[in-house]
Amino acid sequence: MGRRDLLSPGFFYFALLALLLYAPILLLIVFSFNDSRTLVFPLKGFTLQWYTELWGARELLEAVVNSLVLGVLASAVATILGTMAAIGIARFNFPGRNLFLAVSAMPMVIPYVVLGVALLILFAQLGIPLSLWTVGVGHVVINIPYVMLIVASRLAGFNPSLEEAAMDLGETYWGTLRRVTLPMCAPAILSAFLSSFTTSFDEFAVSFFLIGSESTLPIYLYSQLRFPSRLPLIVTLAAIIMVASMALVIFSEWLRRVGQTTTAAGEA
Amino acid sequence: MYTRSRVAVLMGPPVLWLALLFLLPMAIMAVFTFRAGTFPPERDVFTFEHYREFLGNTPFQWLLWRSALVALATSVLSLIFAYPIAYFLAFRAGAMQMTLLTILIVPAWTSYLLRILAWKLILGANGLLSSFLLSIGLIEEGSRFLLYSPSAVVVTLVYVWIPFVTLPIFSALQRIDRSLLEAATDLGCAGWEAFLRITLPLSLPGVAAGFFFVFIPTLGEWVTPSLVGGVNGVMYGNLIQDQFVRALNWPLGSLMSLVMLVLVVIQIVLFSRIIRLSDLAGI
Repeated sequence: MGRRDLLSPGFFYFALLALLLYAPILLLIVFSFNDSRTLVFPLKGFTLQWYTELWGARELLEAVVNSLVLGVLASAVATILGTMAAIGIARFNFPGRNLFLAVSAMPMVIPYVVLGVALLILFAQLGIPLSLWTVGVGHVVINIPYVMLIVASRLAGFNPSLEEAAMDLGETYWGTLRRVTLPMCAPAILSAFLSSFTTSFDEFAVSFFLIGSESTLPIYLYSQLRFPSRLPLIVTLAAIIMVASMALVIFSEWLRRVGQTTTAAGEA
Repeated sequence: MYTRSRVAVLMGPPVLWLALLFLLPMAIMAVFTFRAGTFPPERDVFTFEHYREFLGNTPFQWLLWRSALVALATSVLSLIFAYPIAYFLAFRAGAMQMTLLTILIVPAWTSYLLRILAWKLILGANGLLSSFLLSIGLIEEGSRFLLYSPSAVVVTLVYVWIPFVTLPIFSALQRIDRSLLEAATDLGCAGWEAFLRITLPLSLPGVAAGFFFVFIPTLGEWVTPSLVGGVNGVMYGNLIQDQFVRALNWPLGSLMSLVMLVLVVIQIVLFSRIIRLSDLAGI
């Protein structure tokens, strides 16, 4: 892409849209440093007050911790289950394979409100009290298909003959899985874990129905939106989360790329 | 052959998880639609009452219809905005393609709720946009502006979906054999004609995937309307949510939810022929 292309209408349109996509995020960041309780133009002055106040907001920090723990646990379970399924569907042909593919993809497309209320009814009927655990169950269901897709596409990218070679050389199937298949998929598995974590950390529509007395961060944010005086703190937290999650996403994208490049090099 | 035991070990846990915690809840929800009430003893009585109520209640159906219209507007607008980006990335971006694609995707993975919050701040009556327009004298004091209307829901959702819609169109465009376009040019086909007769038709599977990727979740959307939609922006998903949280009429809520599930499954089955899963994920 040369310098002249930067002036093309296509690039101009792209830049305009990218600006539009980033503008709300930038606004949150700008207003987190703004010395005013109300979020209106013009800007008042620079302050770090909201960042220092954030440390004193106990409930909010508890919600952050809950979301982090929930995100890690739910993504770990989803990554393990999704990876097992990905290996199963990528390497074996078994009866019901297509049915499983169709069913396992459904959580990706059905409206979350349906999943949320269905799980709510299940837990109510079984007499299981709502808690972070029940939210976690919902998050695992949501994340399994994404993990499967990411890991399966990685598996499709490398030749099964590598695994066959390992077994011909006397390694057992499970040894091959551990020492050949899983290491090959490691970047994809990590990337799947990170994208599950991002989803889970942010998930609200299902969590809302399955949460008990504790809060996750999105639940807490939603409940605080009614109080205008809390807005600067929320905006500040939003700014921190936005920056952190963008860093995480860029890292996981980079991982996925690195994974793909090494595969391509390995096959050449 | 050890294949069977290997498949059982690998597939057993994920199959069990999805069967017990995804399919079973849907089945229990379907049964719940026949229950007379949310709590015992009414819960253990079975009735068709809620079916009668749902079928006889035109506001329910009207809201479902309006949600479909909101979802349709959102999908079509997202596609219109996303197509040129996908086209630019696929055909014009050259070496910067992957970098620009990442720039586009990164905001899509940041907090959905927080981005909606940002739009709430931008579109609100005392929001950034109105205070900005006020300060430059473009609008008058007290303008209610965009917030709390169905159009605010559409604007916010289009913003949320654009990057997701770009991906399947982009991957469809990427798959087009470039020599087809060269042949068209060699044979004297003008640029726009080649676009209309080759590029556009070949990219339609990606467009269809993008459409359903937006349409289906938007149909059941309830968070965005509850934050920016106001009373007039209420959607069918809010109705379901209300039955479970405020009205505590779980059987009726289950029925509404089941109706939505059936509609969605019908759409998925109808269009599974043109949509491939890999298109949905953009990989």
